[in-house]
Amino acid sequence: MMLDGLYQEIILDHYKNPHGRGLRDPFDGEAHHVNPTCGDEITVRVKSDLTDISYDGLGCSISQASASVLHELVQGKTSAEASEIHHAFVELMQGRGQVEPDEEVLGDGIAFAGVARFPARVKCALLPWMAFKDAAARAGVEVGVSPEVKA
Amino acid sequence: MSFDVEQVRKDFPIFQREVNGHPLVYLDSANTSQKPVQVLDVMRAHQERYNGNVSRSVHTLGTESTEAYEGARARIATFIGAASPDEVVFTKNSTEALNLVAHSAGQHLRLGPGDEIVISEMEHHSNIVPWQLLCERTGATLRWFGITDSGFLDESNLDDLINERTKIVSLVHMSNVLGTINDVSRIAARAKTVGALLVLDCSQSVPHLPIDVRELGADLIAFTGHKMLGPTGIGVLWGRFDLLEQLPPFLGGGSMIETVTMTGTTYAAPPARFEAGTPPITEAIGLGAAVDYLTGLGMAAIHEHEQAITSYALDALTSVPGVRIFGPASPVGRGGTVSFGVEGVHPHDVGQILDALGVEVRVGHHCARPVCARFGVPAMTRASFYLYTTTDEIDALARGLDQVKKVFG
Repeated sequence: MMLDGLYQEIILDHYKNPHGRGLRDPFDGEAHHVNPTCGDEITVRVKSDLTDISYDGLGCSISQASASVLHELVQGKTSAEASEIHHAFVELMQGRGQVEPDEEVLGDGIAFAGVARFPARVKCALLPWMAFKDAAARAGVEVGVSPEVKA
Repeated sequence: MSFDVEQVRKDFPIFQREVNGHPLVYLDSANTSQKPVQVLDVMRAHQERYNGNVSRSVHTLGTESTEAYEGARARIATFIGAASPDEVVFTKNSTEALNLVAHSAGQHLRLGPGDEIVISEMEHHSNIVPWQLLCERTGATLRWFGITDSGFLDESNLDDLINERTKIVSLVHMSNVLGTINDVSRIAARAKTVGALLVLDCSQSVPHLPIDVRELGADLIAFTGHKMLGPTGIGVLWGRFDLLEQLPPFLGGGSMIETVTMTGTTYAAPPARFEAGTPPITEAIGLGAAVDYLTGLGMAAIHEHEQAITSYALDALTSVPGVRIFGPASPVGRGGTVSFGVEGVHPHDVGQILDALGVEVRVGHHCARPVCARFGVPAMTRASFYLYTTTDEIDALARGLDQVKKVFG
């Protein structure tokens, strides 16, 4: 089935057993993002030294697994490392399936390579990453690039 | 003449295609309907042979185009039981029709603080936001009916909600999420008693039910072409002529004027008053052809077919463990739009797996977020049926849901 590319075991694992889920204190920046077309929501909290990234949300397997992977990949990294990871993930998601992901940088995030071939689901995968970027900015940490926003 | 769904399907070229290697199972007609070849042919023929601008040309093409455009208006008027074609205003869609009413009726009624507008929790966003905007502009107050647990309008506070301060009541006739068909007779009577206008959003009812505006009790109704076998870009506002005649224009421009000087303008009579600019001519003609097609089959026969499909679907869905149906549980008082949840699986994922099997459903909040909130979910999966839907397609949906549960089990 074509869906093998979308629903990788890694994604389903993160969905069923999310890492680091739940909002925690203390934090320095928080952002709440919604996907207005489907109603998915996520709140991300960030400590300015990135020692804690916590989140909670409602949404599909792709958006929730993406949040779990984000937590796993970025928590405890330097802002430069976080920026590199963020950039790589956004590039992968916007690559329409043409970008070869680097497992060294993206870890479990490479499982999302297949999602990039489903344009309707790219924004699901990006939702936590965009919320993270805003939350980080509010904590005084600049990470990531602004992807072109598609309705 | 009995209704033959297999014969009907032959008129729809799209059913020849496959989706992801499976025969197309189109269960998203509440979103937009598919188009029969009879509609497509009329639109193509118009563009190829008769294209000219309407209502302004003395030449042959312009005259023929105008006749076709006005002919479509007349057939739509007959289709809904309007007193005359002049009661049929062409708009872009239902949304534009409702915005037109909010602007023009709001101005006509000189709404201000202390006045009230009543809607319901069951509305599509297009019947919420224009009224919120009108209230922001005028200081009027927005109030609303709730929804009962079984998915019907909660009329328990009808007399309080619609009172002497109420100026406009605007309600959905058939819910695009729950499928509920609202019996508005009590509300219409109450609105009449207090002198409020009753507007009905008939986007989901006119395509599926026999509708006669003389019996509906509404002053104005809105519906859209693309949900009733017509093209996108064309919708209808029907209004009682004596009311339309009193309403000021919405958009200004060509075609809607009587005379223009540099210091002022007088306006054309309805419906032209509300049709500024070159209208979607081919689309209006296409909608006329759609109405001919529906009339040929008979709306009563179409409705009967959809009731049978809905009954079959409700049975099929309730027999899938973990599926919860939102809205009326039996075919009584509802149409062929069924929203449901699959326990533990987000609707996006349900829709994605169904799509891989060629089954096209809608997922999300269906532009009616308050309905989802009322039932405590962020989103729903919706299967919606039409005259071309078969029981085989419902079986494909049920098999798809088994697959969904396998992937996420």
